[in-house]
Amino acid sequence: MSNWVEACTSDDIDEEDVMRFDHAGKTFAVYRSPDDKFFATDGLCTHEHIHLADGLVMDEIIECPKHNGRFNYKTGEAKGAPVCINLKTYPVKVEAGKVLIQLG
Amino acid sequence: MQAASLVMPTRRDYSLIGRDSQLAVESGLAAAEWYHTDIPRKQMKELMKRSDGPAIRDTAIWLGSMLIFAGLGVYFWGTWLCVPFFLAYGVLYGSASDSRWHECGHGTAFKTRWMNDVVYQIACFMIMRNPVTWRWSHTRHHTDTVIVGRDPEIAVMRPPDLLRVALNFFGILDVWHAMGDLIRNALGIVSAEEKTFIPEQEQPRVVRIARIWAAIYVATIGLSLYLGSILPLVLIGLPRLYGAWHHVLTGLLQHGGLADNVTDHRLNSRTVLMNPISRFIYWNMNYHVEHHMFPMVPHHALPQLHAMIKHDLPAANPSILHAYREMVPAFLRQLRNEDYFLKRELPPTAKPYRDEFHSESVAAAAE
Repeated sequence: MSNWVEACTSDDIDEEDVMRFDHAGKTFAVYRSPDDKFFATDGLCTHEHIHLADGLVMDEIIECPKHNGRFNYKTGEAKGAPVCINLKTYPVKVEAGKVLIQLG
Repeated sequence: MQAASLVMPTRRDYSLIGRDSQLAVESGLAAAEWYHTDIPRKQMKELMKRSDGPAIRDTAIWLGSMLIFAGLGVYFWGTWLCVPFFLAYGVLYGSASDSRWHECGHGTAFKTRWMNDVVYQIACFMIMRNPVTWRWSHTRHHTDTVIVGRDPEIAVMRPPDLLRVALNFFGILDVWHAMGDLIRNALGIVSAEEKTFIPEQEQPRVVRIARIWAAIYVATIGLSLYLGSILPLVLIGLPRLYGAWHHVLTGLLQHGGLADNVTDHRLNSRTVLMNPISRFIYWNMNYHVEHHMFPMVPHHALPQLHAMIKHDLPAANPSILHAYREMVPAFLRQLRNEDYFLKRELPPTAKPYRDEFHSESVAAAAE
């Protein structure tokens, strides 16, 4: 059974930006791409315990604010040192201006 | 500036696999949460924004000047007139490469990724730092800045080895160690310390690059022997010695004489206002507190970042000379008491240091 959770409204995030969303003891990062689509990943860098929501979104890349590790936030792919482990991604949908992520 | 010391000096163990390394992990100093000045997200995004323009301009000036100085040096080779040209070439080779290695390693110099990577590889070769090893060591430096036993890039350990520092103004010990590491890596050996911060899957790349560099140096030495002239080595390799002084001059100021084992870059890093030539060579790394607090901000935006957050930082040293006048006496006192350090005072507008995040030594320093 799918578990869709409301993370924010679509207006909460600027285009080409990211925000943090905490839920049930876990932290997530919710992205709005330059072409106005929404995505979600785990909120912490797989390299060290750093919140990606403080990082920089460039096209489809999120760059970690501490060591500049880069991930493709659409696929979760780690793009090279110092990140070697991919980021977990989550399905996202927007309904009535609300951004929902599927957490289960 | 306040000075501080503890009653009982303690010997620091800087080994990455030693006692203090283990203690840092156990005490939570390793991979800790660090203090950041609050900056609204919109302003931070503007500061972090990448651009190719400034770095393309600076790289063209850097490599173009090197070509001109090298050309004039070769033209006047055999006369004293070649000396100033090689001195200038040497600084661009043996010092400007340090900041290019650094900024491109962060991936912030250029917006375009491959440009960062190309300049990174060139700069690494000049400064004699294996691009894989040093990418990972610098990652650790940012995680555990001046945490004893964790940070592999502490330039001046306590008590300070001033002879080592003096020799490194001419790159002597750095090059000696770099060549040893190069040969060892080229033979396929990655040390136990290197293995603490380089992931296993990256280690073969360390060896591959060491072998390529070894081939370049062997070819350069061979050409020198064939020509019966040291000129090829004056162009490749030796500038890391005779041109190193500027990066050591500026680099020592980054953390020299300040606190260790703290988790606030305002306590262990130093911002120094510098002349424009040094800032070009150093690529604005004189804004070092700002860089450590926000490593995502490109070099060209650091002056803007400094203006934005200076209310929350210790006052910047107004010149290189001013900074040396506080750092050198601190080094000399550390010879007698290695726990001595300079505690940087905050302006009234700053958020106070959080002693709960710092080691006992800093709490004692406030007394």
